[in-house]
Amino acid sequence: MSGAGDLGGNDPRVERWTPRAALFVAAALAMLGVLAFGPALFSAGVTERLSELFIYVVLAVMWNVLAGYGGLVSVGQQAFFGLGAYVAIRLSAAGVSVYPALALAALVVGGLALPIGEVMLRLAGGEFAIGMWVVAELAHLLVNLDPLVQGETGTSLIALDAFGVAARRADTYWAALAAMTLLLALVFLMLRGRLGTALQAIRDDDVAAASIGVRVLATKRVVFVLAAAGAALAGALWLATAITFQPRAYFSVQWTAYMIFMTLVGGLGTFEGPVIGALLFFAVETAFGASGVWYLVGLGAAALGFALFAPRGVWGAFAARFSPRLLPLGYHVVTPRHGVLGGREDT
Amino acid sequence: MIFLNQILQGLFLGAYYALIACSLSFLFGVMRIINLAHGSLAVLAAFLLFVLADRFGLSPWLGLIAVVPVMAALGWVLQVLVLERSLKGGLLVPLLSTFGLAIVVDNLLFEGFGADTRSLAPAIGDLAFASWTLSDDVTIGQLDVIILVAAITVLGGLQLFLARTRLGRTIRATAEEPEIVGLIGIDSRAVYALATAIALALAAIAGAFLGLRATFNPYSGGMQLLFAFEAVVIGGFGSLWGTLIGGIVLGIAQNLGAFITPHGFLIAGHGFFLAVLIARLYLAPLADRVRRRGRKVVAA
Repeated sequence: MSGAGDLGGNDPRVERWTPRAALFVAAALAMLGVLAFGPALFSAGVTERLSELFIYVVLAVMWNVLAGYGGLVSVGQQAFFGLGAYVAIRLSAAGVSVYPALALAALVVGGLALPIGEVMLRLAGGEFAIGMWVVAELAHLLVNLDPLVQGETGTSLIALDAFGVAARRADTYWAALAAMTLLLALVFLMLRGRLGTALQAIRDDDVAAASIGVRVLATKRVVFVLAAAGAALAGALWLATAITFQPRAYFSVQWTAYMIFMTLVGGLGTFEGPVIGALLFFAVETAFGASGVWYLVGLGAAALGFALFAPRGVWGAFAARFSPRLLPLGYHVVTPRHGVLGGREDT
Repeated sequence: MIFLNQILQGLFLGAYYALIACSLSFLFGVMRIINLAHGSLAVLAAFLLFVLADRFGLSPWLGLIAVVPVMAALGWVLQVLVLERSLKGGLLVPLLSTFGLAIVVDNLLFEGFGADTRSLAPAIGDLAFASWTLSDDVTIGQLDVIILVAAITVLGGLQLFLARTRLGRTIRATAEEPEIVGLIGIDSRAVYALATAIALALAAIAGAFLGLRATFNPYSGGMQLLFAFEAVVIGGFGSLWGTLIGGIVLGIAQNLGAFITPHGFLIAGHGFFLAVLIARLYLAPLADRVRRRGRKVVAA
């Protein structure tokens, strides 16, 4: 099975970087390198759609970190998506230049998530899920009170007008690409490290994890804040693509529905899954987005179907059958005779 | 006196919240599932009643005789097709599947009925606005009194059913030990299906009162779920009378919020819910410590 297996002597070895993984990582980096020249290579329309795709990837990866690794299903992540956009507008109005304001907004919302998590993380399962929805509703109502936003009328990121249309399109594309790359790298490194092991232990059984010395609450706190900051960054970037800010559109529970669809269909609790889920969502949206309500019925039905019949998603099922190990995330024991004995395939 | 009226209206509103909350609480108590489609299913029942009233001129009271069994049957199907499988999948799957279901129900309703806001009030004639005037500022709607009586009857009936009947005891035993009751010949799957049927029948009644006292549209379900959940948490999970008090307190908080500022209705409700949550998290351990210290003093 594993090409590396017949190289060693008779002792079993533990492997992480395989030639195949190295090749795949190199290919992925090369693709990101090509994408960096996107605004020069693609038409205006494609550039804009790709910016949206990068934001979808961010949303899916961040929701997966929360639910797939932290075991925390939230139906209120639109709170952070909306707050990210709102804080970006506020910072921009206060004189911070536009693109730094997007990144700063994510940090500010991450800071806001600390006290929110302090309360919400003490709730279990479904209580956490709906409790977060209440937080999102409250955030929406409070943002509406800001005279700058003028209730549901909303406002727009006026400072973007200083840029030409083409420059704005390219800058937003690069910002979204950078955000996606940065967050993917961050999650990748996190999963390879001690935190990743702790997270998977908590996901599988948090009582058992606590009993072997994993600091459950502290670990969940890190995940919660990261997922909040990530969703906020996505919200701020979405603002840069859409320019207008209408609170109802940003604080809509539909964003969480998208996140759940992408993560469930791609593969909950896998690194690759949400990326594939985002690509699938992007394809489905491109093909059927115009059909309105039936498209949403389909998304809900797909989420329901995958939750019931294929909870590991497309990638999870594929990985279980073929163990492609394209990323050096887990450790695998290799013996000369039997090939790979076992390992953490579920990273 | 206007202030008193606000509190009184909050109490009647809270009776509706208790109605929609009790089935959420009941299902959680039996199966440890929070059904995220709960609000959407109540709104579905309201739409069914609307169709009966609009097309066939059937009064919502008579309509309930048809809609309650239909929703109960739907509950049975929901358990067999969705919840039973979800329960096997671990803690997260029921949340994900019922959320998916909520999206399907909401958007199918939108497909069928469009974005228009509906109400069942026109179907009950004068009762929708008939009221008793107690003083210049204090009036009591007759429909509100019906809702309060209905809430007390439903919650009391459910409580009596669970406490006194053989079937109620079976449900409670299954909730405690779903695997062990198999030893004494109880099929826990059938009990779960029955419990889901009861929950949706109750949701249908709540949906009827939602439509009678206010308006609804295909996307109203999410907000009803939030109100139900807030009432349950404020009153304490697992206690049906607590749910009634939780609903009433929530209704009063919202009405007082609206009294202060026009935007205050929802903000006060959600804010009060979070305040209760925070108080419970931080004050409960404190109270516990004080109590323990007190006991130590007594023991010494």
